[in-house]
Amino acid sequence: MDTIYLLIVLAPLFGAIAAGLFGRQIGRTGAHTVTILGVAISFILSVVVFWAHVFGDAGIYNETVYTWMVSDGIHFEVGFLVDNLTAMMMLVVTFVSLMVHIYTIGYMKDDPGYQRFFAYISLFTFSMLMLVMANNFMQLFFGWEAVGLVSYLLIGFWYKRPTATYANMKAFIVNRVGDFGFLIGIAALVFYAGSLNYTEVFAEAESMRDATITIWPGWTFGLLDLALIFLFIGAMGKSAQVPLHVWLPDSMEGPTPISALIHAATMVTAGIFMVARMSPLYEFSVAALSFILIIGAITAFFMGLIGLVQNDIKRVVAYSTLSQLGYMTVALGASAYAAGLFHLMTHAFFKALLFLAAGSVIIAMHHLQDMRAMGGLRRHMPVTYVTALIGSLALIGFPFFSGFFSKDAIIEAVGYSQIPGATFAYWLVLAGVFVTALYTFRMFFMVFHGEERYDQAHKYMPDHGDDDDDHHHDHGPLQPKESPWVVTVPLVLLAIPSVVAGYFIGPMLFGDFFAEALFVLPEQDVLATKGETYTGVIAFVLHGLMLPAFWLAMAGLGTAWYLYMKRPELPGVIAERLKLGVRILEDKYGFDRFNDWFFAGGTVRLGRALWRYGDALIIDGLLVNGTARSIGWISARIRHMQSGFLYHYAFVMIIGLLVLMFAYVI
Amino acid sequence: MNFEIPNFLPAVPEMFVLGMACLILVIDAFLPDSRRDITYGLVQATLVAAAGLTLWMMGPETVLTFSDTFVKDPMADILKVAVYVTSFLVFLYARPYLMERGIHKGEFYILGLFAVLGMMIMISGHNLLTLYLGLELLSLSSYALVAFWRDSTRATEAAMKYFVLGALASGLLLYGMSMIYGMTGSLDIAVIAAELTAADESLNIPLVFGLVFLVVAIAFKLGAVPFHMWVPDVYDGAPTAVTLFIATAPKIAAFAFLMRLLVEGMGPMHADWQGMLIILAVLSLAVGNVIAIAQTSIKRMLAYSTIAHVGFVFMGILAGTDSGYASAMFYVIVYAITAAGGFGMIVFLSRKGYEADQIDDFKGLAQRNPWFAFIMLLLLFSMAGVPPTVGFYAKLAVIQAAVGADLVWLGVVAVIFSVIGAFYYLRVVKMMFFDAPKDENAEPVQPSGALATALSINGLAVLALGIFPGLLLSITHYAIIG
Repeated sequence: MDTIYLLIVLAPLFGAIAAGLFGRQIGRTGAHTVTILGVAISFILSVVVFWAHVFGDAGIYNETVYTWMVSDGIHFEVGFLVDNLTAMMMLVVTFVSLMVHIYTIGYMKDDPGYQRFFAYISLFTFSMLMLVMANNFMQLFFGWEAVGLVSYLLIGFWYKRPTATYANMKAFIVNRVGDFGFLIGIAALVFYAGSLNYTEVFAEAESMRDATITIWPGWTFGLLDLALIFLFIGAMGKSAQVPLHVWLPDSMEGPTPISALIHAATMVTAGIFMVARMSPLYEFSVAALSFILIIGAITAFFMGLIGLVQNDIKRVVAYSTLSQLGYMTVALGASAYAAGLFHLMTHAFFKALLFLAAGSVIIAMHHLQDMRAMGGLRRHMPVTYVTALIGSLALIGFPFFSGFFSKDAIIEAVGYSQIPGATFAYWLVLAGVFVTALYTFRMFFMVFHGEERYDQAHKYMPDHGDDDDDHHHDHGPLQPKESPWVVTVPLVLLAIPSVVAGYFIGPMLFGDFFAEALFVLPEQDVLATKGETYTGVIAFVLHGLMLPAFWLAMAGLGTAWYLYMKRPELPGVIAERLKLGVRILEDKYGFDRFNDWFFAGGTVRLGRALWRYGDALIIDGLLVNGTARSIGWISARIRHMQSGFLYHYAFVMIIGLLVLMFAYVI
Repeated sequence: MNFEIPNFLPAVPEMFVLGMACLILVIDAFLPDSRRDITYGLVQATLVAAAGLTLWMMGPETVLTFSDTFVKDPMADILKVAVYVTSFLVFLYARPYLMERGIHKGEFYILGLFAVLGMMIMISGHNLLTLYLGLELLSLSSYALVAFWRDSTRATEAAMKYFVLGALASGLLLYGMSMIYGMTGSLDIAVIAAELTAADESLNIPLVFGLVFLVVAIAFKLGAVPFHMWVPDVYDGAPTAVTLFIATAPKIAAFAFLMRLLVEGMGPMHADWQGMLIILAVLSLAVGNVIAIAQTSIKRMLAYSTIAHVGFVFMGILAGTDSGYASAMFYVIVYAITAAGGFGMIVFLSRKGYEADQIDDFKGLAQRNPWFAFIMLLLLFSMAGVPPTVGFYAKLAVIQAAVGADLVWLGVVAVIFSVIGAFYYLRVVKMMFFDAPKDENAEPVQPSGALATALSINGLAVLALGIFPGLLLSITHYAIIG
């Protein structure tokens, strides 16, 4: 199996290197051929691996491939841990990545950075696979940082746009905050367990529960609580949880295919994956779980609300992603790891689908993203329309679509949970269902139904300064038409799992699919409680029809229909009445403003003060320049000892000899 | 005393090099100036063949021969190979330099080969006299090499200084040896060590007295402060090709010399020489790094950087542990490879009538030739100890050794001076990448020939060894511990 795993990881890397370093030589066709081939190999082999693990009898693979170095008994290694969890992640990552690769051929057709783009997304696939296949914290961290790097590169892909460079810096800096916590968390675990290897760290879990760490005399914390909360802060950065979520909406500055791949389906779920992978640790820390639960619930509800007032089609999907990541996080906090992962999987499919559908719309609208200038696209883009409808229904949790199963499972699991904060979380995620349905179908109706508003396009055309990316903005009346097959085929292929992925609920949630990968204490096992009554998919759906979540979703859908189809003038009136609320939402609760003022501005102010007094005066003036000047001064003086005269040199030698002699003989 | 035929086998590489050196000397006498490449080729072939011999005969056991005056052990084999490799590189780099200046004489290579023989004897010496003979063979060859460009007054001056100070140091060394001989009654390294272990307390003062002289002589050869004064003048004054030679391989031999004399011979007096080496190490680190900042000539700057590196080598040795010796050996080999690349780069950039030996000459190298600017960057990073170049591991290992010997403060001092030292290395990097080239040499550098290839390999090796430090680390570990 070694070879297969290595091949899965290295094939995209090879593609990335070929397209990245030799892009000019191999040309556009060469670049997409080699990268798609690489990812296709990974995908096919991932299917093989998945098959072997799920249906075959392949045991857990946990081996070291390469030892980089050993320091103080800690092994720094590259190694793979492949169990059902990993196999599922590999499948999702490579599948979505393959779809996005193909889609990109159409989406980036005219872009001068074509080869560079393919190199980046293949590099991303490599990094993400390294992350999910890691069997130790070092490799996890490597993958973690590598996906962050590629995300940074891709958000700023159109690097001539000031907004894009602003967004990628923002993403990078916010992730720095999270990664710092992540690193502290890893350090705390390694400090205690003396190993980077998962298995060895997990073996210490129970003893770590009672260990404490004193940060400051009088400030004593449970080691495990502290380490795990710090680890989760890393996940908050990567998986965009409040308050570290601010980078994700801005990341939509990147090309749409990567919004689908990185900022919806895979990278942002790395935090969810990580927490689930660490379930043998998290189970022993109720404090950490409670923290996760509350953060997740806040994200799930309040980020969904912002989606209601966005007009940029990608931003609506982005806020929806934030909200759905909140749902996954809530599941983790409730110890329903399997439900979180299940939602991760279904979400990867339907959200990638929605993003790619949005991208298809954007192509048709000649890179216009404002929904106020769309409408009626259903007639022009039938394939996009149907697939987007499937994605939307999956997202709101319509019965028999994948999102229904995963979201219902999460909500019920939270309802059963006894973790502090579970009641709070339960009400928020429940209310979130209504919001989700409302913003989803608001978008859907504004884009695909209603009257055609293309004549207003010029009002909402993004102003990118110079036309760096060579998209032809012909300013005649817009004539949207269906996208080419490289775009629609991935949509169709993604639509299939968006529907059927939900039917795996039996084995994945209530069966033993994750039995080896996840660890749940019996008293916290909410899914088992739920599983006692699980008898099959149909029964699950029927049961779901009687739950409030379903009716809330229907209410949301109906409201959207009423507001945007039946009485399109009504939203304006409501917005007028609820001015303050809309202001708050449009301001995104002021996170950005606060960050700009407090963190960015504060850092600048602090920096200026430190620079003026600390740096210019003390450090530069006295210490550095002082030291440098005095070292320079000393240097200039003692170089004169190097007089060039032989007898001076001999004299110094004799003096040296005498000094040593006096020091040691006498 | 019965005469028995000694076991020649362990010394076959030495005899081979000696034979070849004599043979080439004769051949060279009959060659016209235009055919010096034959001499060059023969010398390089000799080095390759000697490396082959040494590698072929390599074994884990320690063999003594010639009445125990000569030793062949893993450390000797490995250090000799390092000397061959470095010398091979040096000759390769030196050839275009010599040719452009019309001083492509056979003497350079032949003297170099004799110097290599001297180093081999230093590495394998197991007797005060053998060690001394090896040292003198190396030194005399080096003096002659420095003076070898007769038309250059600076080179002649440098050779004169080198010779007089070297003679003084040799005198001190002999004096120290005579004291040790007087106290222990033997010239044999192993016997001296045994005698010292059993020595009476009352002998302590004269022994330390002799030891001081030995340490001073070694410090001179390595160029440790305050016995370093010759280093900048000689490095700067000598033709760059010669600087390249004396700055690299002889340091490896001097390390071996130190190991044989102090560690194997005077090992029982570790407590005494540890203190002396600490003083020398701290002074070298301080003076080397600080004065390097004030230099405008890159040759002088690298000379001071060498002095600082010697401080690091001492740190490894004075720890007095096997891992300390291994780390010092690692350091010295890394230093030799890196310094060869650094001086090689100066040769590479120089032309006839233009030495490229000022730091300013490196301005804007990235525009003139990005690849070699990158190679130089790797070399400078390695000297400064920036990961992932191998220089980082070298520094890490010796600092670890010092810390392991409960000399944490020394580790801190070393780190502080490394930071100061990083300044002048990084200044060159800054000039290469961020400054505009000087007007008179703004045209691109055209890489050509074996020099360019070898330099690239040299620079990349510094990176590769840093990414996979395990290889060289385990070799040095094997050399010391077995």
